[in-house]
Amino acid sequence: MAEIDENLAQREAIEVDRSKGDFKYEESYAFDAGVGLSASVVDYISKVKDEEPWIREFRQKSLKIFEGLPMPTHWATTDLDNIKFDKIRYYLAKGQKAVRTWEEVPDDVKKTFERLGIPESERKFLAGVEAQFDSEAVYSRMKEELEKLGVIFCGPTDGLRDHPEIFRKWFGKVIPAGDNKFAALNSAVFSGGSFIYIPKGVKVAQPLQAYFRINAENFGQFERTLIIADEGSEVTYMEGCTAPKFETATLHSAVVELVALKGAKIQYVTVQNWSANVFNLVTKRGVAEEGAEVRWIDCNIGSRLTMKYPGVVLRGKGARGEVLSIALANDGQHQDTGAKMIHAADDTTSNIIAKSISVGSGRSTYRGLVHIPKTLKNCRNNTECDALLINEHSRTDTYPAISVRGQKNSVQHEASVSKVSAEQIFYMMQRGLSEGEAMSLAVNGFVNDLVKEFPMEYSVELKRLIELQMEGSVG
Amino acid sequence: MPDSLVIKNLNASIGERPILKDFSLTVPKGEVHAIMGPNGTGKSTLSKVLAGHPDYSVQSGSALLDGEEILGLEPDVVARAGLFLAFQYPSEIPGVTIANFIRAAIVARQAKGAPFDAKAYYTELYAKMDALKMDRKFTARFVNEGFSGGEKKRCEILQLMMLKPKYAVLDETDSGLDIDALRIVSEGVNRMRGPDTGFLVITHYQRLLEYIVPDRVHIMWDGRIVHSGGKELAIELEAKGYDWVKTELATA
Repeated sequence: MAEIDENLAQREAIEVDRSKGDFKYEESYAFDAGVGLSASVVDYISKVKDEEPWIREFRQKSLKIFEGLPMPTHWATTDLDNIKFDKIRYYLAKGQKAVRTWEEVPDDVKKTFERLGIPESERKFLAGVEAQFDSEAVYSRMKEELEKLGVIFCGPTDGLRDHPEIFRKWFGKVIPAGDNKFAALNSAVFSGGSFIYIPKGVKVAQPLQAYFRINAENFGQFERTLIIADEGSEVTYMEGCTAPKFETATLHSAVVELVALKGAKIQYVTVQNWSANVFNLVTKRGVAEEGAEVRWIDCNIGSRLTMKYPGVVLRGKGARGEVLSIALANDGQHQDTGAKMIHAADDTTSNIIAKSISVGSGRSTYRGLVHIPKTLKNCRNNTECDALLINEHSRTDTYPAISVRGQKNSVQHEASVSKVSAEQIFYMMQRGLSEGEAMSLAVNGFVNDLVKEFPMEYSVELKRLIELQMEGSVG
Repeated sequence: MPDSLVIKNLNASIGERPILKDFSLTVPKGEVHAIMGPNGTGKSTLSKVLAGHPDYSVQSGSALLDGEEILGLEPDVVARAGLFLAFQYPSEIPGVTIANFIRAAIVARQAKGAPFDAKAYYTELYAKMDALKMDRKFTARFVNEGFSGGEKKRCEILQLMMLKPKYAVLDETDSGLDIDALRIVSEGVNRMRGPDTGFLVITHYQRLLEYIVPDRVHIMWDGRIVHSGGKELAIELEAKGYDWVKTELATA
């Protein structure tokens, strides 16, 4: 009877409907850094945030690194050259302080989040919510009992100002500004995002969620997230993103750093449905200390180009790292995703399962990096990457880089490419399913075993997003 | 004839090759008609053309399902109009469970947004699986993936029983079945016989017709029906062999 239970549960599940992302309201901003990137734009951001000198210096230094680094087009797509950094607006905010009740949120912004179903989700299943509108969080609230336990859930400005003893130690350490060109850009102009601290032994049962919304055209969103799970603590963080369909390209370039101290567990879930002109270039990495676990669940639907390779540095004995990733590249989209696992201690295990779907002229690329040096023993990695092509014009590439040395370590790698055949579609249509329904069923089947690992609210939502994508792809 | 599947002067080809040549046949509701004939005579093509398979093109003719033309419609529209095809070689759909597949097919027949009664669905599904002697664990298996020949055919009949079409075309349902499976599958079909359903049973051998006893038997040769008769025709054909068709019937 498991199927019935599943069914009932699904009907009760929360509907955060990101398919409804394509709308926008009039723009009016109290804070606007203008168009283009310069030292003075970076200073403007630092100034409106009233930051300490060390952060200002960090930003300026990062800007120099960004300017000095070439575009990684020697290995990545040349589409990156189409990002016009001098046409982008780097900071837009209606205010500097996130409010704590939805009533206080400005009407147009509130309407945006209400249409996306965020307040409703918060009531139903979240431990805390932060809603970011362009550059700044407009709303942030966490359940009181968590506050009493010492959980911190705020933005980077508040985090670095009010709790430097916690956050400064790790800020920019998991992902240094010089890690890559886009990490450097983020480090220069970052605004918004979540800074989270979970005290020793605290297990947060319900997820914390942040919701990122781009509303303005020609805008760059550069949120910065740092999650520190102290010894023996546990937390699940979920992020969702949307933007309306703009005429011009928009940039989203986040940096997410996770720190799981001894025995801690962090699960980071992303379901994003960017509109088709968003460049989504994100750096995500976690550190797992002894016996700790970092798990990335990453679903990339939409965007013009996504480049994202969540990683885990397995720094302590017995640490575990996992990346479960689903990418769906529709017509004209390129999903360049993957995972990195750096084993740096004995008895560490890592697991990567990546599934990609290419529809129409969509292209998906998997890049994986697994590193186990020969000085270590008892390290294991399992990598599976499966690609599904919906028709002849779709494309998929796989670039696994696995460096495993030493006699006492093991690695397992499996890759497959399959296609939804015309016969399969005909068979399903003969049962009464439309072509779109047939394709979405095939795609859902393809990702089925992975979706089971997701928190339920997200698996339902993902299923619906896939359906919408597939229906739209039928001519 | 509103309560029949009426195929008239149907000409269809795959690529440049004509396969169905002025094919005509009427299957009234409540009757079971069998089409027998040697390989390559167009039996399977007939089933695919009726179901709207995109590989085949129709040159002329008509196929009226209770008076409504189904030729030229999309496969899903034909299916929802009430034509079910039990495939000779059903496709695998990895990751999609049988329960979810049949459920999706039922939901596709409902008005958009209509509630789905999961409890009633599973009650019915389990009852029909019991009738087909299928283990309940079957619901959680992926459609046709790793199935034996017999399991595939049972799964086709399960879908038939759940979707309750007006007309069912069974394409070589007996192929790949051992005698026990043949009996179970046939019982499933016989259970569905009644005034609301018409059956077109396509088979190469008379064996299946011992279990699903037809009202009419048609012999197909070179793209059309060359001879029709009662159930005894199948036995005659089995005795005389297809050479009889070639030498006597085809030239007649």
